[in-house]
Amino acid sequence: MNRLDATLSRLRDQNRSGLVCYFMAGDPDFDTSAKLLAQLGAAGADVIELGLPFSDPVADGPSIQNAHLRARAAGQTSARTLALVAELRKTDSATPVVLMGYVNPVMQYGDKQFMTDAAAAGADALLLLDLPVEHAAPYRAAALAAGLRLIVMTAPTSDDARLAEILRDASGFVYHTTITGTTGAASCAPEQAGAAIARTRRHTRAPIAAGFGVRRPAQARALAEHADLVVVGSQLVETLASEGVDAALRAVRAFAEALRPNETAGAGAAVGKVIGGKRQPRS
Amino acid sequence: MTNTSSSHSEAGPDAAGQFGRFGGAYMPETLMPALRALRQQLAAALADPAFRARRRQILTDYVGRPTPLFPAQNLTREAGGAQIFLKREDLNHTGAHKINNCVGQILIAERMGKRRVIAETGAGQHGVATATVCALFGMQCVIYMGAADIARQASNVARMRLLGAEVRAVAVGTATLKDAMNEALRDWITNVETTYYLLGTGAGPHPYPSMVRDFQRVIGEETREQIQARCGRLPDALVACVGGGSNAIGLFHPFLADPSVRCYGVEAGGFGLASGKHAACLSGGRPGVLHGNLTYLLQDSDGQIADAHSVSAGLDYPGVGPEHAHLFESGRVTYAVVDDDEALAAFHRLARGEGILPALESAHAVAFALRLAPRMTREQILIVNLSGRGDKDLATVQAHQGEAA
Repeated sequence: MNRLDATLSRLRDQNRSGLVCYFMAGDPDFDTSAKLLAQLGAAGADVIELGLPFSDPVADGPSIQNAHLRARAAGQTSARTLALVAELRKTDSATPVVLMGYVNPVMQYGDKQFMTDAAAAGADALLLLDLPVEHAAPYRAAALAAGLRLIVMTAPTSDDARLAEILRDASGFVYHTTITGTTGAASCAPEQAGAAIARTRRHTRAPIAAGFGVRRPAQARALAEHADLVVVGSQLVETLASEGVDAALRAVRAFAEALRPNETAGAGAAVGKVIGGKRQPRS
Repeated sequence: MTNTSSSHSEAGPDAAGQFGRFGGAYMPETLMPALRALRQQLAAALADPAFRARRRQILTDYVGRPTPLFPAQNLTREAGGAQIFLKREDLNHTGAHKINNCVGQILIAERMGKRRVIAETGAGQHGVATATVCALFGMQCVIYMGAADIARQASNVARMRLLGAEVRAVAVGTATLKDAMNEALRDWITNVETTYYLLGTGAGPHPYPSMVRDFQRVIGEETREQIQARCGRLPDALVACVGGGSNAIGLFHPFLADPSVRCYGVEAGGFGLASGKHAACLSGGRPGVLHGNLTYLLQDSDGQIADAHSVSAGLDYPGVGPEHAHLFESGRVTYAVVDDDEALAAFHRLARGEGILPALESAHAVAFALRLAPRMTREQILIVNLSGRGDKDLATVQAHQGEAA
């Protein structure tokens, strides 16, 4: 079973929202990145979102732009990112990895070859920020053939007709961007995000992740009332850049605890945590 | 007058905004609804006689169209071959072809009820043209410009500020046009509800490439009428410089259905193709996705976009409009390369020979015309798009003269 599907199923059983932690592959260098990733699952990350460095990340705010720059300066490439995933799988065979990036590096690697190699390395899904539904079909086919999920994105600006079109082929989870803006640029308002997520939920049975603009554990906790997964990116990337691996792991634990109010992060399966009762029971 | 701008869809793009396999709209989901709204407004505007009449009137009364088609007899004599004509886009208000597109798009922005306009600029010509139409229409204007370009195009920065625009320096990446465009797109993602993105070249996500082309087609439409009125026939060759490629597509497009008219797009060769320091995407790049469209790009094997180089800031971009990528692969247009030195030499030849200071961008086209004309007969007609004037480049030209002395 795809590790992402297994995790989403476990979260559903535990009736709690999961924590998705974003870091840039190879930031600040390959070895540090490998050391960090190896400890993320134990620190309470339910899903690892791993950035693929790109020279022109138009959807990213300054924090993650700088992470792209640091990783590229340290020699990170798409191939080395897959090597990083393979390295992670030596010690963590359970925590799903979602690769997140932009179309061009994947296209230059060769979309089919990339999907095959990513799956072989131990990745579970791919999210491309500049791949709208209009151009997604060949990528979805290649992902499917390799056993990867292609994650689709919705935005506050997506209307119902558009949501129906985007979500028709949703697999894995749906990534809802809670703000109109770049990553980390603004702080999301959980109530507003809740309304948008409820609207999105009418078009899909797939779990919904909320991201962009989640900066504090309390905010993650509030978002968890509405979303099945909460994505934290810029805040973690900034902490890693300014204070290093241990501080970044501490930040991950703080977010993980916020999503598991009645237990210690990473202490095993939580049972019967009813968070707001917002989720529909799913088969 | 000529046919309307909306009557020639045979050359594409298709419903997904693709010219053959190139183009499309590879953008974050946040912007996709805005792009769809823009497509709808654009289609309605182009079909609206009142919109077309208003655009025509501004082009006549404010921009100063039609621009002359000048028989460059001294250059013709010097080159020894085809009769060379210059389409004088440098005589437009603000000194380049860029204003043609800005007039069209500011009318679209107004139609959409937007009061804030953003744009990217390289050499500053598009920034000046955008600031100009924003002043005319009373709109707030923010221009993104690479810090490196701000340093080498100081006079255009001053112009934009005098026109009431805010110029924001972009210091990340290579600090040139590509990074200015990234930053403009980030602004648009953030302020999409209130803001109109007035993109300056025939690249970007659908519908920008075809919209910019349709607003620049006036160059080719006028040229066609002028040469037929003067010589009673179509030209044999058209030459235009290609960065993003808006002046070239504007000149070529009304002639693409006439196979006797050869079209030549001239890319910037920088220090030469072999040096790796150039901006010739078609001759020295390969297909990929940047700024919302699939096109030829300068990039490394990992898909990281490479730095472009050209003495001309307006050609210093690692991509090219997707319709050019299609015309390159179909073979309908021939793409050539002129390096910095050859462009600078052509600048001086046009200045001394005809009393015209061309923009360094346009000097690339002049240089290629000087190569092409001697291989043609005296009966043949060669038209060069003189896309902009050279006043903005004086410091660059003088610096190179200093080096040569």
